[in-house]
Amino acid sequence: MTGKTNAMQYMILIYDSEQAWSALPEAEIHRILGEFMRYTQEITDAGIVRANGRLAPVGSATTLRGNGGKVVTTDGPFAETKEQLGGFYLIEVANLDEALRWAERCPGVAIGSVEVRPMFEMPD
Amino acid sequence: MPALAVERVYRREHARGLATLVRRFGDWNLAEDALQDAYAKALSTWSGEGLPDRPGAWLATVAQNHALDRLRRRRHAAHGTGDPGGIDGIADPFEPGSIDEGIDSGVADDRLRLLYTCCHPALAPAAQCALALRTLCGLHVRAIARAYLEPEATTAQRLVRAKRKIMEARIPYEVPAAQELPARTSQVLSVVYLVFNEGYAATDGELLVRDDLCGEAIRLGRLVAELLPRHAEARGLLALMLLHDARRDARMDAAGALVPLEEQDRDRWHRARIREAVALLDSALPMRAPGPYQIQAAIASLHAQARRAQDTDWKQIFMLYGALIRHLPTPVVELNAAVAFAMVEGPLHGLAWLDRLEARGELANYHLLPAARADLLRRAGRHAEARVHYQVAVSLARNAAERAYLQRRILACP
Repeated sequence: MTGKTNAMQYMILIYDSEQAWSALPEAEIHRILGEFMRYTQEITDAGIVRANGRLAPVGSATTLRGNGGKVVTTDGPFAETKEQLGGFYLIEVANLDEALRWAERCPGVAIGSVEVRPMFEMPD
Repeated sequence: MPALAVERVYRREHARGLATLVRRFGDWNLAEDALQDAYAKALSTWSGEGLPDRPGAWLATVAQNHALDRLRRRRHAAHGTGDPGGIDGIADPFEPGSIDEGIDSGVADDRLRLLYTCCHPALAPAAQCALALRTLCGLHVRAIARAYLEPEATTAQRLVRAKRKIMEARIPYEVPAAQELPARTSQVLSVVYLVFNEGYAATDGELLVRDDLCGEAIRLGRLVAELLPRHAEARGLLALMLLHDARRDARMDAAGALVPLEEQDRDRWHRARIREAVALLDSALPMRAPGPYQIQAAIASLHAQARRAQDTDWKQIFMLYGALIRHLPTPVVELNAAVAFAMVEGPLHGLAWLDRLEARGELANYHLLPAARADLLRRAGRHAEARVHYQVAVSLARNAAERAYLQRRILACP
C-alpha cells in the first residue's frame, strides 16, 4: 500500500479466446499488441499500476488439487472455458468508478471481456 | 396520532434521512437500522405527543443518535471496554448546528448521491430497482417482495448482496463525474421506467396492472424530476408515466380482459393526471433536449387529449414515431410506427410494413406482432385471416388479461 490510505486495489482481469486469437492475421495481432503497449504505458504513467502481466497460453498451465490428503497434479487449466484469463493489471485507485474508467479503455474490452474485481480488504 | 400517519411521514422523509446517514457514517446497514430505530421511536412518541414541528429533523436527529449508540455498542463488544467516550471522525449530534447542517444544507446532493449509487450499472438491474424502492421510496422489504411477486427472503437477499457489493467493490457514494453523468442519468431514468413497466405491463401472471408498483415508480419519477430540475428527459419520463397511469382504470374490463385504447371509456381516464403530464411536457420541450421519454409522452398525450378514438391525430403521432425511431431504433418502436402508418394511410400499407418487419425475424415470438397484423386484417375486412393471427397471438401472450382480450377478438370475428 502506498501512503494514500483511502486507496483501494482492483484487479483488471482480461479474458479472451485463445482460439480466436490464433486465427487472427499477423497484422491484426500486431495492431492489438501495439494498443496494449500504449495502454500499459498510459496506465503506468498515471502511477496507479502495482503489477501487470500477460499470461502464457493455457496449454502451458498445470493444475494442482488436493484429494484426500494427496496432491493431484494435472496438465491444463482448472476448467475448460471458451475465454481464458490472458492478462491482468493490478491497480490502486480511489473507488470502483475510477477502476471502471481505466478498465473501459483497456484494449481487452474490444477483443473479449474485462472483469474488474476489488482485492479483499482486511477489516481494520 | 395513528400509525398510518407516522408511516406516511416516515416514507416521505426516508430518502432524505437515509441519504444523510449514509454520507455521515459510510455504512448502509447502520444507516438503515438507525432509521428503523427512529421509526419505531416515532411510532411510540408521536402517538402520545403528536407530530413534532419538523418531523424530518426529528427523525434525522433520533436516527443519528441511534447510529452513534449502535457504533458505541459495536465498539464496546469489540474491545470489551467501557464507553470509549466518542466516535472518531463523526460529529457530535448535539453540537449546535450539526443537525441543521444535515437537514438543510447539501440534502439535495445527498439524495442525488443515493439515487446514482442505487442505479449504478455495476449492480444487477433487479437489485437497482429493489434498492431504489427500498431507499428512495422507503418501501419495506415485504412490500417490495409483494410487488415483485417473489418471496420476501429473495428480495431481502437481493438487497443484502447489492449493499455488500457497494461496500466491497467500493461503489462511490457520489454524483458521477461530468463525463459520465449523461449515461448514468439515463441509467437512473431507465431504472424508474423499469419499475413502472413491471407494474404496468406485468409480463406474467393474472393481473395486468400492479397499481402499487406504478405508484411507487411515479413517486420515484417525481423525486428524480425534482432532483434534476434542468433535465428535460426526467420530466418527459414523469409525464409518460402519468399519462399511462391516467388510463389505468379504463384498461381492463370487469371480466379482467384488456381493453384496447380505441375501445376504452375515456370518461374513466384521470383528467388531473393528464393535465399534470401535459404541463410537464410543455415545460420540458423549451429545454430543447428531446429524447425518447419526451417523444413517447408526446405520443401518449395526443391519445389522451383526443375526446373520441376517431379524433386521434394519427398524422402527428406517425411523425412522432419517426422521431422516436431515430432515438430508439428498436423493432418494437417500428411495430408501433407501422400501426400508426396504417391509421394514416390505410391497413394495407401497414400490413406491407409488418411483412418487412416480420421478414427480419427480430420480433419472432413477440405476441404483439401477430396481434397487430390481426387488427389490420380485421380493419381490412379479412376476418378469416385475422382470426388465424389472433390465434397465434394468444398462443404467444404470457399475460392472462391480454389473452382474454385476444380471445374476445377471435369470437368477434364474423
